[in-house]
Amino acid sequence: MISAGAVDQVFVTLKDWIVFHTPAPLQTLVSIVIEVATIIVVFAALFALTTVFERKGLGRMQNRYGPNRVGPFGVFQPIADAVKSLTKEDVVPRAADHVVHYLAPLVLVGVVFLTYAVLPVGRNMTAVNLDAGVLYFFAVGAATELAVFMAGWSSHNKYSLLGAMRAIAQMISYEIPLILSSVPVIMMAGTLSMVGIVEQQARTSGGLAHWNVFTPWGLAGFILFMIAATAETNRSPFDLPEGESEIIAGYFIEYSGFKFALFFLAEYLEMFAVSGLGITLFLGGWSAPFSFLGWIPSWIWFFGKLLTLIFGFIWVRGTVPRLRMDQLMNFAWKFMLPMTLIVIFSAGLWRFLSAAVVGPMPLGGVIRWLVCALVILAPYITLARGLERGRRIEKRVYRYAE
Amino acid sequence: MLGEGIIQGLVETARNFFGSYVEKDRLTTVQYPEQRLTLPEASRNFPFLLYDGTDPEAGLRCVACQICEKECPPRCIHIEKSKDKKPDFVGKQQAYPAVFDIDVAVCMSCQICVEVCPFDAIRMDKVYELSTSDRFGGLLWTKEQLSKPNEYYQKIHPLEAAETDERREKELAEAQAKAAAAAAKAAQAANPAPGDASGNGASAAAKPTTAVHE
Repeated sequence: MISAGAVDQVFVTLKDWIVFHTPAPLQTLVSIVIEVATIIVVFAALFALTTVFERKGLGRMQNRYGPNRVGPFGVFQPIADAVKSLTKEDVVPRAADHVVHYLAPLVLVGVVFLTYAVLPVGRNMTAVNLDAGVLYFFAVGAATELAVFMAGWSSHNKYSLLGAMRAIAQMISYEIPLILSSVPVIMMAGTLSMVGIVEQQARTSGGLAHWNVFTPWGLAGFILFMIAATAETNRSPFDLPEGESEIIAGYFIEYSGFKFALFFLAEYLEMFAVSGLGITLFLGGWSAPFSFLGWIPSWIWFFGKLLTLIFGFIWVRGTVPRLRMDQLMNFAWKFMLPMTLIVIFSAGLWRFLSAAVVGPMPLGGVIRWLVCALVILAPYITLARGLERGRRIEKRVYRYAE
Repeated sequence: MLGEGIIQGLVETARNFFGSYVEKDRLTTVQYPEQRLTLPEASRNFPFLLYDGTDPEAGLRCVACQICEKECPPRCIHIEKSKDKKPDFVGKQQAYPAVFDIDVAVCMSCQICVEVCPFDAIRMDKVYELSTSDRFGGLLWTKEQLSKPNEYYQKIHPLEAAETDERREKELAEAQAKAAAAAAKAAQAANPAPGDASGNGASAAAKPTTAVHE
């Protein structure tokens, strides 16, 4: 009988076994190579899987079948796509800055893969346990903006430049709510280490794990985080930088063949990475929500949560139309930013409404929950009313025309 | 309330998503190569030539009058008139096209050739899946490729074909009556015995080819 713990640690054990059987001077190198290769293979495979599931899911949301020709139910579609993109001609515009044009997709993919280094995908399954893991993630993630602008600028095309400028404006605007919405978690955990944050959420009391999303500030923070993450990864409805109907493909309009595929890959990897961060910060990382589900391996929990969030992204993409530029900016600065600050305040309140203030645990806990929820909900309603007043449609009065 | 509309939209798409797995009539996509919709009666794309009977050479209705060639707006029809003549369906000696080509890469499916044809010889087809690897020769259809029997026309355009057939039958009957009358007159002129007129008329109707156009 294999114990649950052994299944949970099967990949860690396997890696340790391989490293143990290599010569001592090579052990560090082999360990790194195994970790990097695993990350690249697993998440690239997830990318392939997601492309076909996204197209099928979107199809179903529009009452279509989606791809169903290549292989059973179209599951081999990614292979066909890969063959197609590999065999396509790689066109580089004559006026382009060739070196930067060539480097941009590589930089983008490279940078996005770097963010996975600190992501805990299971118990003891983190490539690097940095003390400043969250900070590292945001710092490296911000470098994608550079690659996007490299692509847009070097293409020497007005659409790509427009797309790149939109992307920069959007990504910088939404970086602020993204980071501010993760501040309460760091405040409460008292650490910037991703592993430390997950381990604190993996603790259980009364059968329920201490996931941040179960608290009012965690729930609001999670929603704000996911909205900012959607904008940060240029996913619909925040896909202005590549808005097909306006600027064709935005910053990667002048890319074809495999370079285009690399942009596509990077976009999805960014989505997985930022979803992974959301899982780590709010959804308890690799931990089970209830203690009786603890026997399920930690990596299944992580990837299950990841797939759920990806489905959420696809669902939103199938529902919401693209925003206008002014709507995008208004939303970031007039709604997201104040709400994240309020969530930080609510988290602080949560910290100080201890049992000594609100009374003993069962009732006191409920009171604490309600008070903190109200602190978030009341400003939300006020803010929403204020935002809606500005765009109420009234009967139009014609002053000059008859 | 802010966000309410988004929730409503999400509910709608979720209903579509799960509904498409449960209710099959939600999915209106026709799985094309396996499933095909029957085309409506009035659908048309490229012209074809009609022939009566079984032999496309003998029964071809076209008399190479070249009206369609002259009327064709994109000039996709090319006709070469024959030197000799052959009898048409009423027995009249008519020319026939030695060459009749339609470049379907040029044809714009306007149906003007059909409208101007006085011999009901050209009609619009419903064929599709015409892609070919030979860009020029493969889309230049010759007389042999264009000729299709009247039964085919009756199948693809039943209403139109019924109307045409009725008119042609009337024409044939008129021609036969005329031939019979002419034959009777001729017989009367040659041999003014009153008893023979009906017998001559019947024999003339049986083989109309000999009766007309001396």
